[in-house]
Amino acid sequence: MMEEKNGFVREVAEKKYEYGFTTNVETEVIDKGLSEDVVRLISKKKGEPDWLLDFRLKAFRHWLTMEEPTWGHLKMPKIDYQEISYYAAPTPSKPPRGEASGHSPSGETEGGLDPKLVETFDKLGIPLEERLALSGTAVDAVMDSVSVKTTFREKLKEKGIIFCSISEAVKEHPDLVREYLGSVVPYKDNFFAALNSAVFSDGSFVYIPKGIRCPMELSTYFRINARGTGQFERTLIVCDDDAYVSYLEGCTAPMRDENQLHAAIVEIVVKENAEVKYSTVQNWYPGDKDGKGGVLNLVTKRGHLRGRNSRLSWTQVETGSAITWKYPSCVLSGEGSQAEFYSVALTNNFQQADTGTKMIHIGKNTKSTIISKGISAGKSQNAYRGLVKVASTAENARNYSSCDSLLLGSQCGAHTFPYMDVHNDTAVVEHEATTSKISEDQLFYCNQRGINTEEAVSLIVNGYAKEVINKLPMEFAVEAQKLLGVSLEGSVG
Amino acid sequence: MLQINNLHATINGKEILKGINLTVKDGEVHAIMGLNGAGKSTLSNVIVGHPAYEVTQGEIIFNGKDLLKMSPEERAHEGIFLSFQQPVEIPGVSMVNFMRAALNAKRQYLGLEPLNAGDFLKLMREKRKIVELDSRLTSRSVNEGFSGGEKKRNEIFQMAMLEPTFSILDETDSGLDVDALRIVAEGFNKLRTPQTSAIVITHYQRLLDYLMPDIIHVLIGGMIVKTGGPELAQEIENRGFDWIKEEVGL
Repeated sequence: MMEEKNGFVREVAEKKYEYGFTTNVETEVIDKGLSEDVVRLISKKKGEPDWLLDFRLKAFRHWLTMEEPTWGHLKMPKIDYQEISYYAAPTPSKPPRGEASGHSPSGETEGGLDPKLVETFDKLGIPLEERLALSGTAVDAVMDSVSVKTTFREKLKEKGIIFCSISEAVKEHPDLVREYLGSVVPYKDNFFAALNSAVFSDGSFVYIPKGIRCPMELSTYFRINARGTGQFERTLIVCDDDAYVSYLEGCTAPMRDENQLHAAIVEIVVKENAEVKYSTVQNWYPGDKDGKGGVLNLVTKRGHLRGRNSRLSWTQVETGSAITWKYPSCVLSGEGSQAEFYSVALTNNFQQADTGTKMIHIGKNTKSTIISKGISAGKSQNAYRGLVKVASTAENARNYSSCDSLLLGSQCGAHTFPYMDVHNDTAVVEHEATTSKISEDQLFYCNQRGINTEEAVSLIVNGYAKEVINKLPMEFAVEAQKLLGVSLEGSVG
Repeated sequence: MLQINNLHATINGKEILKGINLTVKDGEVHAIMGLNGAGKSTLSNVIVGHPAYEVTQGEIIFNGKDLLKMSPEERAHEGIFLSFQQPVEIPGVSMVNFMRAALNAKRQYLGLEPLNAGDFLKLMREKRKIVELDSRLTSRSVNEGFSGGEKKRNEIFQMAMLEPTFSILDETDSGLDVDALRIVAEGFNKLRTPQTSAIVITHYQRLLDYLMPDIIHVLIGGMIVKTGGPELAQEIENRGFDWIKEEVGL
């Protein structure tokens, strides 16, 4: 019986990551290593203006003076930054007739997209043809360092909405990019932010003009494909006065024995009465059951609630990556602005997560809510780390934080590091935390009713995470639910 | 229906059941009485396949099949149901989702299509009435915040939903007031058919007055030491167990 169970566990651990395939597409990869020359080369390949090259070089020079942070509750493998290639672009299988037309989404030939790329994203459940799209969702598909295709651009343009890759935005809307890039996450912010600012390749740019409610979900799908490369994407979202947008990102990568570095930056600017919902379903390759390989997901995400009564919510379902190190944060400057952070972080096998948020209250009557649900299984380590800071200017600021941990088995760890820094007496800051364990009795109760252990765990975990999952757009909520079940298969027994 | 032959079982290496022999025929209800620690709950746990117990000798044959070879969920699919003495709470899992998962797992095992949401909810409504279970409770998480009586009613409700052929009621009467006891017992009686059987574990005559079991067994020291008709329960109610102990020389 026991042996049978172990066999099952092994089987599931080996097959469960269904996005682990590699696309055999020709890819232009620059030589490994990082130097000023490499930064210049990336900028040149992308045909960037001088101000952006300047930005990159400043960031790079600053990065050289910094050291990798070690405060995370993480055992980080040594990253050799000279062993990584900083630019990889899938090249079209049919070369375009005539001259290459400078930048257009890479992978796109005159005759349309490389079928291999279309096939890849199809397999991931992300159709790149608009007629096949998930209802009401526009997609920016990014493979390795470049944006492959952005759907529904024309339709969105009618409303004045800009949704394109950030490389294109640099060309077509340089003033907007220049105004906001680095305005929320300065390149000096932290080690990985400096690295990203120096070598960022592609990502999405979104601008919602005043008074416009974006009629569809915008989403970016990130895919790492090439071997020995890092992905350094950069996303910038600007939501002008009285505007609204809901944005989702998804991510997967092939199964590889080596660790792959993913160091992204997401910046969000929310103006007066505007609202942004940002949802993430992160399913980077987590490494195998022995902890070999997997993506190092080291990300800086921050939103600036600049305007009065602006609103921003981060919702994240994190099931992938060998290491997740990120704290989607909110700076609440605008009077009466409101921020939310909803997170489910699931770790299994040897995965490690140190994730949470920062809520920085600056404006009066600002309000933030933090709901964090950690789920640890196998031999994984899962930490919530959060900062609630109330500046002296933030009269009547309010924060409510609730951090729950659920343990499966006895070899995993759950940790909570809440920090509070309150400089205004009128502020109300509440924090609640619980730790629970799925008990043998609960599982047996389910078994006796005919529900097998895998399904019982999935039911319990989904029930536990419901509060967060419910915040996701419908289609993605269903995906996320399945993902939680799959990611935990074989974790009990 | 159920035949237990020379069953020995241990928990943590300690032998609790020391050679149980018991045959339950279609349509019969058997009561098992005995002092605390006699092995009554162990017997029910072994029948449903609780992993903490190890069967060291003997067999359980259920409708011609070797029950001990089956996983707990297979036993459930085959028609065995345990009304737990202490039903566990499962926060976050709604009764609706829980019952749907359970029922559809059984249907899949039997080669049937899963019930669609509409039919399922209709079935829930019907079965709820059997134990007068409030819809407020079925929309909550499994057993969470239920009173003792509500938990027991919820057990019989689940029994009604899953339509087992063989049920075990493990001290379903404990912690129930008179009204709740009546509702639970009447609910159980409504579910009885000539094709269903049950074992009722209890200390008290009260429940048996409602259920009117066909056969009464007395379990002492891990063995069935005395078996009789309904009058045996009455005698135990009046005289306790000591006279039986003396009779069998314990």
